[in-house]
Amino acid sequence: MTTPLSTRAPHDLSVQELVHALADKQISATELAQHFLDRSTAHADLGAYVDVQADTTLAQARAADARIGAGTAGPLEGLPLAHKDIFVTRDFATTAGSRMLKGYHSPFDATVVRKLADAGAVTIGKVNCDEFAMGSSNENTAIAPVGSETVQPVRNPWDTARIPGGSSGGSAAVVAARLAPAATGTDTGGSIRQPAAFCGITGIKPTYGRASRYGMVAFASSLDQAGPMARSAEDCALLLSAMCGPDPDRDSTSLDAPTENFSRKLNDSIEGLRIGVPKEFFGEGLSDDVRTAMDAALKQYEQLGAKLVPIALPRTELSIPVYYIIAPAEASSNLSRFDGVKFGHRAKDYGDLADMYKKTRAEGFGDEVKRRIMIGTYVLSHGYYDAYYLQAQKIRRMIADDFQNAFKECDVIAGPVAPTVAWKIGEKSDDPVANYLADIFTLSGSLAGLPGMSIPVGFAKAAADKGLPIGMQLLGNYLDEARLLNAAHRFQLATDYHLAKPAGF
Amino acid sequence: MSETVNTFEAQQQGRPTGPLVHGYEVIIGFETHAQLSTQSKIFSRASTAFGAEANTQACAVDLALPGTLPVMNKGAVERAIQFGLAIGSHIAPRSIFARKNYFYPDLPKGYQISQFEIPVVQGGAVEFFLETGKGADLVREKKTVRLVRAHLEEDAGKSLHEDFIGQSGIDLNRAGTPLLEIVTEPDMRSSAEAVAYAKELHKIVTWIGICDGNMQEGSFRCDANVSVRKPGQPLGTRREIKNLNSFKFMQQAIDYEVRWQIEQIEDGHEIQQATVLFNPDTGETRAMRTKEDAADYRYFPDPDLPPLCISEQWVQEVRGQMAELPRNMAARFQADYGLSEYDATQLTQSLALATYFEAAAKASGQAKLASNWITGELARRLNSQDLSVEQSPVAAQTLAQLVARIADSTISNSAAKQVFDALWDGAIEVDAVIEAKGLKQMNDTGALEAIVDDVIAANAKNVAEFKAGNEKALNGLVGQIMKASKGKANPQQVNDLLRAKLAG
Repeated sequence: MTTPLSTRAPHDLSVQELVHALADKQISATELAQHFLDRSTAHADLGAYVDVQADTTLAQARAADARIGAGTAGPLEGLPLAHKDIFVTRDFATTAGSRMLKGYHSPFDATVVRKLADAGAVTIGKVNCDEFAMGSSNENTAIAPVGSETVQPVRNPWDTARIPGGSSGGSAAVVAARLAPAATGTDTGGSIRQPAAFCGITGIKPTYGRASRYGMVAFASSLDQAGPMARSAEDCALLLSAMCGPDPDRDSTSLDAPTENFSRKLNDSIEGLRIGVPKEFFGEGLSDDVRTAMDAALKQYEQLGAKLVPIALPRTELSIPVYYIIAPAEASSNLSRFDGVKFGHRAKDYGDLADMYKKTRAEGFGDEVKRRIMIGTYVLSHGYYDAYYLQAQKIRRMIADDFQNAFKECDVIAGPVAPTVAWKIGEKSDDPVANYLADIFTLSGSLAGLPGMSIPVGFAKAAADKGLPIGMQLLGNYLDEARLLNAAHRFQLATDYHLAKPAGF
Repeated sequence: MSETVNTFEAQQQGRPTGPLVHGYEVIIGFETHAQLSTQSKIFSRASTAFGAEANTQACAVDLALPGTLPVMNKGAVERAIQFGLAIGSHIAPRSIFARKNYFYPDLPKGYQISQFEIPVVQGGAVEFFLETGKGADLVREKKTVRLVRAHLEEDAGKSLHEDFIGQSGIDLNRAGTPLLEIVTEPDMRSSAEAVAYAKELHKIVTWIGICDGNMQEGSFRCDANVSVRKPGQPLGTRREIKNLNSFKFMQQAIDYEVRWQIEQIEDGHEIQQATVLFNPDTGETRAMRTKEDAADYRYFPDPDLPPLCISEQWVQEVRGQMAELPRNMAARFQADYGLSEYDATQLTQSLALATYFEAAAKASGQAKLASNWITGELARRLNSQDLSVEQSPVAAQTLAQLVARIADSTISNSAAKQVFDALWDGAIEVDAVIEAKGLKQMNDTGALEAIVDDVIAANAKNVAEFKAGNEKALNGLVGQIMKASKGKANPQQVNDLLRAKLAG
């Protein structure tokens, strides 16, 4: 019998293929876990993993093998996964990329981590991210990767001089480099979609409230949402089904929407699917390569039977100031618990209580986090609240309304994830506003709480960026993840961008 | 804050709206933190039991560990609804939890979850009687204190500054305990009225069972906002006395604060808005922080908690489960038993007292008389020995027997007092006591007439004075007859007989 494993290396198999191979005992969970642990060590210079505990991973894998043997396997039994270091984990350290939490161990697992473990997944390790998920380049981490003493951003497997995107940059990089078949990520303003696009993989952020936020180190509570990152829509659907579901006893904002099988519509025809194309997503500032790839992808969709519908999302530009008021406001409050009193970093030498707070937080937080705490504190201050926070909330509602108007005319919305491909490490690190502006296409969907995904649609041709992946964003209406995944899967059946592999991995 | 409606006109006309202290009016508003009697905390499942070893009743949520989120305790919401129903408030169908941001070691999240712009309980009023003066000067006035709001919030932990040398300890057992913060309009005009309000509020929350009312353990903590002004002037600058945890200290603290503020103003100083603490040892209040130090709490709606939605159906369900409220019971006592509003209010000071009264009233069929005995003799005896009505040595059924014997003229009121003494000291059978002490009233008219005749004959002077128009002279004669009958004569009968004979 020919199996995928007889012709290809385990790390080149999709999640779907691995789950079948494991269930059919073509490979044991323990062998597979060891394989990915070995690859992580071999490619340590990518700088993605921040905590690996081989004994723990192998113990989980043996338990998975036992369940496969006993016939009690879960849907993802034995599948190795990497978790973004923003999810708290009992068996691995949780740092959220911050010096504040260096060496912190949570007494419990995040709901998403627990649900994936319940489905049989095995944790390879934790992967790096921007500090408290604040950033779009992974340069804002304060944690050195496994095997290194030096703090450094995760590298993009397509060009190791470039950033992998962020904040879920470690997750995107390990999936692209085949150091994990899939990974968890979180998206607040684009943190799944943008690194997925920059690393040429597929990622989905479900509707706000689909996946429990319990155990995610909070950045902006009204925006944070977990989602899977893998190489294909088919793989994402499999993982998403295990990650989502109501969690009313732990997260009050978790939606009362039943657990779904997100794979059920994957192969449906997209004949007649109305794809909304917002003109605001195709204005100035879009690089030629991205524009060309978008045009080609939209043409591809037309060939698959979809109809393109021009739509307007008139407040797209406003999503930047609105997001950079609301997210920092919530963050400034969420990060108040890091005060040196109960856990995490505490300054060594201090005078009184106020001095302890000041030194602890000055030492524990990085520049970007401090910047956002200051912005957030300012916009919530007495006398400024109405002008900033309240106003931003009103516009947020209007942005959500704009989407509802658009969805009267279309089923999904398509556009670029980012105006450019991945930039070079250090290129924008001194210019926070340039980083903020690069989020323009992902912020509005986050503010509206809509599901959104990124799929690979091509590679840059310009000499400076040659070969770097380009991602297309698909946005759907609330709870319409299955349709998004269907649209993405049909595209991936007709194209092979998602199968491309960076050289050297 | 706005002023009371019924005092607005007086205020406009420059007339005082309450009693004056050295020419100043005293204005008081209250903020009370009532700890709600839920088993678990407001946003976590940890226990709320008092007195456990430090930090043993704080779970991951209470410690604000990374990744934890609050989940509303339904029981706390139901208690807030009960309170709102008890004082005639509007129960907001949609209220919002907000974060109050400030740093303090006993506040684990760096913010307190509270309600700010839209609280769950809005409006309502607390009514009570205020007694001033004594004896003949006793004045009983019905007072109404309007509530602005009552909102749900979580308590902070405790800082322990004494237990560790050179360091402070933090106990987070109390962190996340549900509180209902009850805020009044500035409707009170004296320390006595403030204490009467606090006692009435305490009665309500313990009656409906949403709070154990234990002031020593901090289950019922009052903050008093106090200011003074000359009549007709706008409200003065207030100072807030924090954490008044006994009714006695409450009155002392407010009285001191009022004197202090008047002295400051008389000395030409302006009052600075401040938060002050009362020191029971010195009897003084002292400022802990002024307005200049006041933090900017940066309130904003908590994105971790959706709006609290309370359907009319839920309100009705809660209403259906509630015991009869004191004011409803008082109204019923007036209607069913013909009691005065004052007596009915007195008898509904606690559920136990009201239950005692109803049992005695029903068993004796003499509600008014039972009421008099309970608010009179029984209350006096209980007070003098610092007993609650539950601890009364005289059971309601026993008091009912006594009352019945008065009503059927078996014994006189004064004889009844002797019976009551015996019952208080442990006797159980009313009739047996009457028999043993020979207290039965004389029902033999002939024998009584003989005594009356003897007394008239022996007291010619009194008789003459009475006939000359001195009514008081009659009392002397009645007294003589009662004495001669060893208290067994019926005073009314004696009176009637005497008047008949002297008129003849």
